[in-house]
Formats: sequence, structure tokens, C-alpha cells
Amino acid sequence: MRGMRNFSLVLGTLFVSILFVIMLVSLFYTPHPPNEMNVRERLQAPSARHLLGTDNFGRDVFSRVMVGAQTAFQVGAVSVAIGLAGGFLIGTLAGYAGRWVDELLMRATDALLAFPGILLALLLVSVTKPSLFQTMLAIGILSIPSFARVIRAGVLQQKEADYVKAARGLGAGYANLIFVQIMPNIASAIVTTAALNFSTAILIEAALSYLGLGVQPPDPSWGRMLNEAQSYLAKSPWFALAPGVLITLSVLGFNLLGDGIRDLRDNSI
Amino acid sequence: MRMTAEAATGTETPLLDIRDLRVQLRRGGDRSPLSVLDGVTLTVNRGETVGIVGESGCGKSVLSLSILGLLPGGMRIGGGEIWYDGRHPLHRMSGREIRSFRGKEIAMIFQDPMSSLNPGLSIGDQVTETLRLHLGQSRREAKEHAVRLLRKVGLPRPESLLEAYPHQLSGGMRQRVMIAIAVSCNPGLLIADEPTTALDVTIQAQILDLMRTIREEDGTSILLITHDFSVIADMCDRVLVMYAGQILESGTVDDLFERPLHPYTAGLLRSIPTPEKKNRPLYSIEGRVPALHERGAGCRFAARCPHAVERCRTENPELVAYRDNHAARCFLAETEGVHRHAAV
Repeated sequence: MRGMRNFSLVLGTLFVSILFVIMLVSLFYTPHPPNEMNVRERLQAPSARHLLGTDNFGRDVFSRVMVGAQTAFQVGAVSVAIGLAGGFLIGTLAGYAGRWVDELLMRATDALLAFPGILLALLLVSVTKPSLFQTMLAIGILSIPSFARVIRAGVLQQKEADYVKAARGLGAGYANLIFVQIMPNIASAIVTTAALNFSTAILIEAALSYLGLGVQPPDPSWGRMLNEAQSYLAKSPWFALAPGVLITLSVLGFNLLGDGIRDLRDNSI
Repeated sequence: MRMTAEAATGTETPLLDIRDLRVQLRRGGDRSPLSVLDGVTLTVNRGETVGIVGESGCGKSVLSLSILGLLPGGMRIGGGEIWYDGRHPLHRMSGREIRSFRGKEIAMIFQDPMSSLNPGLSIGDQVTETLRLHLGQSRREAKEHAVRLLRKVGLPRPESLLEAYPHQLSGGMRQRVMIAIAVSCNPGLLIADEPTTALDVTIQAQILDLMRTIREEDGTSILLITHDFSVIADMCDRVLVMYAGQILESGTVDDLFERPLHPYTAGLLRSIPTPEKKNRPLYSIEGRVPALHERGAGCRFAARCPHAVERCRTENPELVAYRDNHAARCFLAETEGVHRHAAV
């Protein structure tokens, strides 16, 4: 049991770290400029010059996949931040105020939750002009319910705890109760939710970009690359393989990380 | 109004003066609210320790919560007044106003030290939090102050204790930390709600000793809520016996223990186990405390009272002083019968 638990955390951390390092390196160095086209070298197989081959415009797939990691992390971080901010506001308000405020806010998030995620993202992106920012906003809004639920549950449980009542009896105000007394105790649940939402965000971004509604060309995104690679699947499968593997690796990595953190928390209690 | 008259003549005003306090529990629909506390009057003078004793559900905890405006949802003060230091009407303060009293002027020690400390915060964080909040101390000042406080409550190696988390401490140590937090801002009044109930007997004695020391050193008044008569006898100057939301008897500890006026008090005293009663069935008061909606027009204790007469069931007696500072809510308080009974 203990071995399995560490396994999730270790493997998740490993995957996420690898991707993070790739992303960091790509900020300063890529083997080739990611958007440089070279028609003579199009759809090449992996070689010493192009480690993962080239795409249909002769761009270096390895370089593009590296820069694609930037997009993935950016989308993940920004949408989690939006989801966390919204979820925190709704969750604490619902959990603390209770009664009709709780009822209203929770039914609203239920409604949001009832939509299939990708459908709502599609809707949000298609009513405005597709761009990276729209994508992040849409995914961020989508992740509000999961944060709101986790935070509300935590606040609801914690506000009845004796130590929170004791702190109130010693003159603590609402902000103090929420940030000092309650938050440290539900932080690990929030971190777990954040990790899981990070992977969902990467997946939805890939899906939207695959459909042409996310990151716009020529900027590299794993989802877009899959889309472009689709037409050449029979001729040059490595083109599709690289972004596909990275999407899998990142989603798996963040999910494992989330599970690992949750197990760590369950174990510590 | 009595207050102002006293202030004018220079008589010492009590630190805490509760007059005819009524607390109600709201009910759904248009049913009338239930009365939880029904005309509780009590005073705590400076440096005095007053005990409140009663069975579970008699309203003693509600009383302590109402002083600090911490009544649970659905309950509200339906009448009466709570004056602090003769000048501060706690019963009609807004949430913000009363918050500045909590922890600073009136501090509370809760029953269960195991759950009253936040498991996610270090001892240092929890002690300094109150100091920073009420005294506006900087992080460093608060830390130094916290070390002094922990030393004051008799905890060893206070510096290293600041880094510890509650789960690393024993129950007694945790209650000492709670007391350190409670007295950190030198409150005038300390409300202790069953402070020793969750502790071992030996630790109980140590914690009571500590509270006595604090009372003597800082002149803090204590309102001690308990169901344990031995704690009352040990600590208090005066004591009030509560039953079903009313005070049935009040007096000095000596008077009340030696010459209880109310049959309920007498019954409680009889049911304390002592070495002489060994191997004999322990006395217990028949019946149970009436629930909120079962309280009738008569004396609340009438159904369980061995001496109840017809009048007891139809009319609720007033709290009347029968001797100096010794009052009881009983028609029969003056009669010999109750007395002889109580002397057993």
C-alpha cells in the first residue's frame, strides 16, 4: 500500500518535472526555430538533424513540441488560477453564509457542472474570436465548480470545528477565520484539485486546438499538431506520435501527482 | 438604571452583570419560539470566581455563549441585559463591536483541549495570533510574549514548544496552551466551560491550580461552568445552580453545600459519590430534565421533586433570597422538611 502511494507521487512528480524542464529550456533554446518552414525537408523521419522528424511544412517537430509545452503550462496555470479564484469566492461564501446563499450558489455551480466540459468550452470560444486567452478563460470558468465544491465542503466541515469556534470566541474576524484557521487545513485538498484540473485544462486545450478553436497557427500547440498530423498518419506516424505522447504524459503526470498528494494527506490524518 | 445609581454613589460595579436574560430558540413555521434561558440573573465581581452548576442541557453553555454573542444559529437574546464593567451593553452590541471584547476583555476556555487547538497550525502561530490581533504586536514582539505566556502557564521549554503542533502535546499541555491563549491579553473575565472535564484527575487538579494562580496574580474574575461539584467547592466563591434554563439556587459555596435550600441542589449533593457511600447504591434524582417544549407553567423541577405539592405544579416560584446572598426558587425552601432531607 505504501509502495503504491509513493509510486503515484514519484511517477507524477517525475513526469511533471520532465515536462517542466522541457518547457523551461524551450524559453531559451530550441534546436530549430519552431515556426521556421523548410519545404524541402517536409515530413522527414526522425534523424540526427531532426530528432522527432519534421511536419508537413518542414518545421522541426521536436522544437515545436518543446514550445507546445509552454502553451500547455500556460493554459494549465492560468485556467487553474481563474478556477481557484472563482471557486474560492463561491466556496467560502456558500460554506460560510449557508442557507439560501449556499443553495443559490451551489445550484448555479451544479448547472455549470451539468454541461459537458468540452461543449461549454466550445460555446464560450465560438461566441468570441478563438484565441489562447479565450481558451484559458473558458477552461478556467469550467473548473470553477470543482474548486467551489471542494472549498465549500472544507469550509462547511471546518467552521463547525471546535478550534474555529474557539478562535471566534477569542475575537477572530471572518477573514482571519477563513485564511488563518480554515485554509491551512484544506490546503491539501485544494492542491489536489488544482493538480487534477491542471491535467483537465491541458486536455481540453488540446481538444479545442485540435478542433481549430484554441491556439491559432502558426503558434505550436500539441492539439493543433495532432490535427495537422492527422492527414499524414499513414505516411509519417511519428509526426502524430510526439504531441500525442506528450499530451498523455502531462495528463498522466498531473493526475498521478494529484492522487499522490491526496494519498499523502489521507495518510497524514 | 440601578447601575447608574450605584456608579453615582461610588459602589463597586460588578464586572459582569446579567439581568433577567432570556434566550429563545426560533422554530420553523409560525410556532412560537422556545425559551432556552428564562430570566437568568447573575453578577460576577472583580477577582471573584462564580460557579454555574447543572446537568447537561440546563442551559449553562448557552449562558456562556450568549455573553460573548456566540449563540448558535436559531438562538437569540429575547430579553434582559448583559453589562460588562457597568458600561458595555454586550446584549445589544453589533458583531463588530463585540468581537473586540472577545479574547481581549472576556476570554473563554473550552471543554475539550484536544479539539480546541487547530491541528494545522503550530502552537506559536496560535498563541501569537491573538496577541497580534488584539494588542497589535509585531511578529517578533508576539513571539517573545508567547514564550513568556507559555512559561507562565508552566509549560517546559517554551521556545521549542512554539514550533510544535497540537498532536505532539498531551491533553494537559494543550489545556495549558489554551489557558495561555485565553489569558494572553489580560482579560478581566475568564469564562471556563467545563475546563477540566476532558482531563485526567491529576491533570484536573493541576489545571485548577493554574487557574487559581492566574486569578490571584492578575486579578482575573472567573465564571466557571461545570457539572462537577468538587470543582465548584475547590474553586468558587459563589455558585449558581441551573436547571431547565433557570437559576434554582444561588449562594456562597459554604451556604449552598452546608444548607441547600432547593430540593434539586440537595439531590445533586446527595448523589456525589463519597468513600462512605461505598457498596451502597448511589442516590440519583428520579426522572430526567424536561425538554424545551415540555416546560410547563409550574416549577420546572416539580415532576422530579420528592417534596412537590400541588402549588408547585401550577405556579413557578420566584428566586427569593431567604438568607443573606442565599436565594432559591422554591415554595418549600423555608420549611424544615427540605432541610432535614438535605442534611443527609
